[in-house]
Amino acid sequence: MSKKILLEHIDVPGIDTYDVYRKQGGYTAVEKALKTMTPEAVVEEVKKSGVRGRGGAGFPMGMKWSFLAKPEGVPRYLVCNADESEPGTFKDHYLMKNIPHLLIEGMIISSFALGANKSFIYVRGELMYVIYILEKAIAEAKAAGFLGKNILGTGYDLELVVQPGGGAYICGEETALLESLEGKRGNPRNKPPFPAVKGLYQSPTVVNNVESIATTAWIVNNGGDAYAAIGVGRSTGTKLISASGHIKKPGVYEIELGLPVEEFLYSDEWCGGIRDGHHLKAVVAGGSSVPILPANLILKLANGEPRMMSYESLSDGGFQTGTMLGSGGFIVFDETSCIVRNTWNFSRFYHHESCGQCSPCREGTGWMEKVLHRIEYGHGSMHDIDLLVDVAKKIEGNTICPLGDAAAWPVASAIRHFREEFEWHITNPQEATRPGAVYKGDMALV
Amino acid sequence: MTETHNTVAFTPERLAKAQEIIARYPEGRQKSALLPLLHLAQAQWGWLSPEVMDYVARMLDIQAIEVYEVATFYTMFHLEPVGKHVIEYCRTGPCCLMGGEEVYDYLKQKLGIGAGETTADGLFTLKEVECLAACGMGPVFQIREQYHMNLTRERVDEIIGELSR
Repeated sequence: MSKKILLEHIDVPGIDTYDVYRKQGGYTAVEKALKTMTPEAVVEEVKKSGVRGRGGAGFPMGMKWSFLAKPEGVPRYLVCNADESEPGTFKDHYLMKNIPHLLIEGMIISSFALGANKSFIYVRGELMYVIYILEKAIAEAKAAGFLGKNILGTGYDLELVVQPGGGAYICGEETALLESLEGKRGNPRNKPPFPAVKGLYQSPTVVNNVESIATTAWIVNNGGDAYAAIGVGRSTGTKLISASGHIKKPGVYEIELGLPVEEFLYSDEWCGGIRDGHHLKAVVAGGSSVPILPANLILKLANGEPRMMSYESLSDGGFQTGTMLGSGGFIVFDETSCIVRNTWNFSRFYHHESCGQCSPCREGTGWMEKVLHRIEYGHGSMHDIDLLVDVAKKIEGNTICPLGDAAAWPVASAIRHFREEFEWHITNPQEATRPGAVYKGDMALV
Repeated sequence: MTETHNTVAFTPERLAKAQEIIARYPEGRQKSALLPLLHLAQAQWGWLSPEVMDYVARMLDIQAIEVYEVATFYTMFHLEPVGKHVIEYCRTGPCCLMGGEEVYDYLKQKLGIGAGETTADGLFTLKEVECLAACGMGPVFQIREQYHMNLTRERVDEIIGELSR
């Protein structure tokens, strides 16, 4: 189950340089696409691959590409979303830092497919050192004739621009990202119109995640059908998983979709199991925004069958017993973790990162943070639990962008699965606020 | 826009870099250069004073308010003077699971300051930030462009020691 598409050459010394990347077969997909394929044919292969957006939403990439409007005489743009900021997610950081040319190669192929002549990579501003790595890779690719005017003599021109963000989670939302790229505050836009019709500079635009764009090199080289043959069902291909928390081997792993969660968590090839002497309490499987699941439900579906690392299996059971693959930010909690404290921490994050445009999110995230803070610090009342559920419900679905949902789900799911722990904090404030105190009541540890 | 004495100016190298950045956007879309220019300005002056923001506004031929509203929205921009080294400490969940809060308490105690404060000698400013996308290597903080990961008390001692020399 260790098929590698993106990280195949990750351990080759010097793979971050053009020469080594090229020796490992790099840029052959650009040659193939530009010299032997039409843009439409590239789009067709990506459609056939079934690859889904790897930033978190999981929308089929080929379909997103096919929505791009193509009015005459209007430039079209490709923008790579490298604003990776979802807590628990660090795969794009890892990919760009270690194999920058894979992203550059994917950008050239994708820009060609979409008919873009100027494309942007929007990188979170904190990763300035990664921006320098990408700029160096771009200069190398340009010197080798893969960027600039008349690439490989095909008449196709492309310029890549790396743009820094300024420290704002919201700019990972694609329309906020476009606003930011235009030099404005990162306030998400109302949709429609969608970016495919009116995006950057009011021109048709596709925004794709780093990992999504990076897959296109393999898809062009091997064909969409070959990609679709990897994985399981509608979860085709491989996925980069960022593994963090109480595991023996935190890090970024490429898995074939369909890998059992249990194998991912306990095999030495991946996370290596829970740190010594401890037990699994809970997992947030797809970045902080997705519902938290207790140990028993992350390993098995409600019907007792093994749960797998795929879009469908992770969401099996809806939010009652399931969660989402999201960005693949896999955060593991052992029995020393306080769910209330973590939920408060995440709520503080969303309150801090709300752009303030929609009142349910601006106000609601603040209230959730406050109420969770008072429960965590021993001043909560039983009524607060229902209040949290109520506030979360009133945010969900009532905002321009999905940040509101992302703020509501962690709170709602923590209460759904760990209600007794919240109640314990409220009824035992003195005990619960002792340093290092953790709920030890009835729960399913593994 | 402030029409008063404004003596701020980029160094020749940064001015050349700024012009290169401005030129990379389509005609009429120079406002796109705002965030990169603010980073460039912060690299030179350490923080963004109103005079610096006005200077950037003039360079892009936009209203000063367009710069202020952006500079106040994004958390990376410092709107007040900061110490020589700005420590941006990740306070988000995954780092906390790895002992981030304990190490943070130690750091605050060591420096004798809290979040948003600067040491009396002007050497360190401490800021709390949200997730830095390095969760597998937590706890994490960033000083300018450099990430420091897998932090422990001992690592904190080493880093602060080196920067205090």
